[in-house]
Amino acid sequence: MTLLSIILLPLAGALLPLFTERFGRTLCAYSAAFGPLCALGILLGSASSVFSGHTEHVFFAWLPEIGLNLSLRLDGLGLMFALLIVGIGLLVVLYARYYLSERDSLGKLYALLQLFMMAMLGIVLSNNLLLMIVFWEITSLVSFLLIGYWSHQSDARKGARMALAVTGAGGLCFLAGALLIERIAGSFELDAIFAAAEQIKAHANYPVILVLVLLGAFTKSAQFPFQFWLPHAMSAPTPVSAYLHSATMVKAGVFLLARMHPALAGTDGWFYLVTFTGMATLLFGAYNALFKHDLKGLLAYSTISHLGLITMLLGFSTDLAVVAAIFHIINHATFKASLFMAAGIIDHETGTRDMRKINGMWKYMPHTALLAMVAALAMAGVPLLNGFLSKEMFFSEALHLESMGMFSWIFPLMATLAGIFSVAYSVRFIHDVFFNGEPIDLPKYPPHEPPRYMVVPVEILVGLCLLVGILPNLTIAPFLEAASRAVLGHEMPDYHIAIWHGFNLPLIMSFVALAGGLLMYKQRSGLFAFYERKFRHDEKILFESRVQFSVRVAQMFTDFIQNNSLQRYMALLIGSAVVAIGYALLPNMQWMGPLSVTELEPVSLLAAIILAVGALGTVLLHHNRFAALLLMSVVGLVVSLIFVRYSAPDLALTQISVEVVTIVLLMLALYFLPQMTPNESGAKRVGRDILLASAAGLGMGLITFAMLTTPYETISDFYLANSVSGGGGANVVNVILVDFRGFDTLGEITVLAIAAVGIYAMLNGLHLPLPQADGDGRLWDKEPHPPILSVMARILLPLAILVSVFIFLRGHNAPGGGFIAGLVTSVALILQYVASGTVWMQQRLRWRYRRVAVSGVLIAVLTGVGSWFFGYPFLTSTFGHFYIPLIGEIELASAMAFDTGVYITVVGATLLILAHLGKLAQTTHSPRPSTSTSFTEAELSKGEN
Amino acid sequence: MEILISVVIALLTSCGVYLLLRGRTFPIILGLTLLTYAVNVFIFMSGRLNPGASTIIGVGERYTDPLPQALVLTAIVISFAMTAFVLVLALRARAELGNDHVDGRNSVEEVKS
Repeated sequence: MTLLSIILLPLAGALLPLFTERFGRTLCAYSAAFGPLCALGILLGSASSVFSGHTEHVFFAWLPEIGLNLSLRLDGLGLMFALLIVGIGLLVVLYARYYLSERDSLGKLYALLQLFMMAMLGIVLSNNLLLMIVFWEITSLVSFLLIGYWSHQSDARKGARMALAVTGAGGLCFLAGALLIERIAGSFELDAIFAAAEQIKAHANYPVILVLVLLGAFTKSAQFPFQFWLPHAMSAPTPVSAYLHSATMVKAGVFLLARMHPALAGTDGWFYLVTFTGMATLLFGAYNALFKHDLKGLLAYSTISHLGLITMLLGFSTDLAVVAAIFHIINHATFKASLFMAAGIIDHETGTRDMRKINGMWKYMPHTALLAMVAALAMAGVPLLNGFLSKEMFFSEALHLESMGMFSWIFPLMATLAGIFSVAYSVRFIHDVFFNGEPIDLPKYPPHEPPRYMVVPVEILVGLCLLVGILPNLTIAPFLEAASRAVLGHEMPDYHIAIWHGFNLPLIMSFVALAGGLLMYKQRSGLFAFYERKFRHDEKILFESRVQFSVRVAQMFTDFIQNNSLQRYMALLIGSAVVAIGYALLPNMQWMGPLSVTELEPVSLLAAIILAVGALGTVLLHHNRFAALLLMSVVGLVVSLIFVRYSAPDLALTQISVEVVTIVLLMLALYFLPQMTPNESGAKRVGRDILLASAAGLGMGLITFAMLTTPYETISDFYLANSVSGGGGANVVNVILVDFRGFDTLGEITVLAIAAVGIYAMLNGLHLPLPQADGDGRLWDKEPHPPILSVMARILLPLAILVSVFIFLRGHNAPGGGFIAGLVTSVALILQYVASGTVWMQQRLRWRYRRVAVSGVLIAVLTGVGSWFFGYPFLTSTFGHFYIPLIGEIELASAMAFDTGVYITVVGATLLILAHLGKLAQTTHSPRPSTSTSFTEAELSKGEN
Repeated sequence: MEILISVVIALLTSCGVYLLLRGRTFPIILGLTLLTYAVNVFIFMSGRLNPGASTIIGVGERYTDPLPQALVLTAIVISFAMTAFVLVLALRARAELGNDHVDGRNSVEEVKS
């Protein structure tokens, strides 16, 4: 539980600074430090148990179905990284308080920093690979926001985008690798994966897994050839750079290498890929760092090179190399964070980061200069500083490696070369910035020491560099031991960290590097000219051009499929459906099942012919819209006959009443639309559409036939068996609707009500030109409401209502129910509208149909909620028998109340739609009888050609 | 009978899809309705052909599968709501654009895509 709070504290703490920002910057900083401080306390508290070899676990199931669990572990590696993350995070909080100008929002920076801290802690404490990836992606996202903190600068935006693109792509590779690992290990839990290490390494997919996981690690840790994002991420505020690009984000990649070391390392593939990538990065970074004039640029390339060094050591994967790698992770984090902070101070005080301008700072800020120089010497690997110890171990491991046979000399050689460059750029950092004459037109002059507390974090870090460098066994050894044990999986190899190992080969290499580095720096003018001539390359331009290129390709593709023509979308959609389903079904389709075909009935054949005439007629006559509509209604009637024939009286009743409402609706709408469809499809278009339609129809027909001739097991036996006993109704279809699947029905009437309200909104303020004549040019009758019809309709109304009540009441036990009753009521009321007009109806029926529809849904919901009061789940129904005087015993089910809701919704929604559409005709008709005739006639003449 | 039903569904689908591919709103709505018939009958037929059966307990000797019927019943009502919605959308589009072409274009030359 305490383990979980380590992650939750910064997460909760992320909100604090946003609230406290208005009370001043110092309070804001305190509140930002609160969460991490508590986390630090918890971590230190559990340190001793970790040192003794205990691994703490926490496990909560999150989405166990896919293997994602909130599963954490605190082992030596996790502890070491967590301390780095929280510790340096706290120093960055203090530093940022003084670094950020008044204009920038301190609270936002703190919130993002803590969010980032949370994600990093999540990565290092995860015991579940999938969980780790979740946090991994959060670091990518939050780092995007942090790098782009100054979002008004285009550099910051582009740098942030590049970092996100590169690390995000790597994260996806990592995810793919993790999924493959799970297929072999059977779990995402790290313990299970470590246990299955041998199976993973022996598996045919191992090379793929390795490459994918390494891609994730290499992109995050800026390894060659993905290093280019890191220098561009320097457009972030310096506290962010000090945190992300020294101690945390870029270390996530090497952390992943260390974490997956037990599961993936120890093969040739690992050795070659990791070692040589590390070596290339080491040299590339060290070489480029020397030539950067930007202070942070130098540090960025130096970071790349040190990350390469760590990667290379992990690639060696001997026991001592792993110890050295972990040691260097700590050392690099301390000296590089302090250097970034020092660079930020110099930037802050001089207003520039250009080393050609910043000179002679020793005179102006001796305190900062001294600290920065010590840190830079640690970076160069000078004795008595921590960088020296791990570099010495690196040289020694490079010397002892014999995996490459006769080519093994390449490692010490390259290591020394990188050492030379590393000394050279460190010396440049010291000499160019703090000495080398006077500063040249600084934006801020004269520079002076920064606020006292801004230097404190640097002092602490430099103090650690010295302490570890001089007394390694008293300070760092237990952490190192616990971390190495976690990576190696067994006890520590016999080793001791010491400043003096005697006069041996690694020491000579160190001296060569020191001397060579000094010499190289002395010859810098020639080298600089050479670099300027030969090696000027800008990854940003390349990256941006790639981005532009992919945008163009995407645009071309979009333009092809999205040409703003619904007809093309439809054709593509139907075509894709036909192709996809055909591709899946054709190869192993069984055209006919084992059941034999039943005999053809003559009456059914006749009905089918009528249906065919209706359907084909609708298509053939679709230019004459009214005729097509009438023919289509024939199809609807035959469909309801199909329902009758095959034992579905409920469906037949619903179909026939919906049919009436639909046709009335379509006729009403047709009144406002052109009566004719112009003939505008070319022969090619018609041919294509006939082809598509035939393919779709043929496919549906074949699937239907295959389905009908295949025997099946129904799942409805449950409903048949429990309808009376459980639902209190004999009509199983109705009981399914209002009881067994009541929740679906609730959703459905909600959709109906939403559609009605949407239609109401669309009709609001709609003005349509009114036709004065029908399709053949005959004028509409002046008397819209013939008396015979209105008298008949009024007589019919009570009868129809009676019928609908009857249908409603018997619905539970015989064909009927809320839907059908609602539709019958609607039809009866619509008939009144048609016969007597909207005005007449409005005077008599003052319902607001919106309210009716919504209250129907509300009744249904309340029925469902009601069962909560009796301690049952939502929509549990009950029923009982009641005795009413005169009528006798009747059965009442609570589902009846639900069905009432359905009934009211159907009536409300249907009338809302139709009455408002009808009112449209009325309102636009009467006041201005002949306004828009010209438009209508133009429309008509077009329709007829 | 199975063949006949299959032919009916095939025909309804073809007619529906063809009309769906037209360029004016009203034929598209007709096509949508035809396609709805096809789909509803198809879902209904997943309960197989059961003439003379019943879904009412205690009536008749054989029972047919009530579940597809319940599904289709809701489907009929939902498709009514959908038809109405699309129809009013078409009216609104005609009012806003001045024509009833789905792409908001009126002249014959423009609609070649």
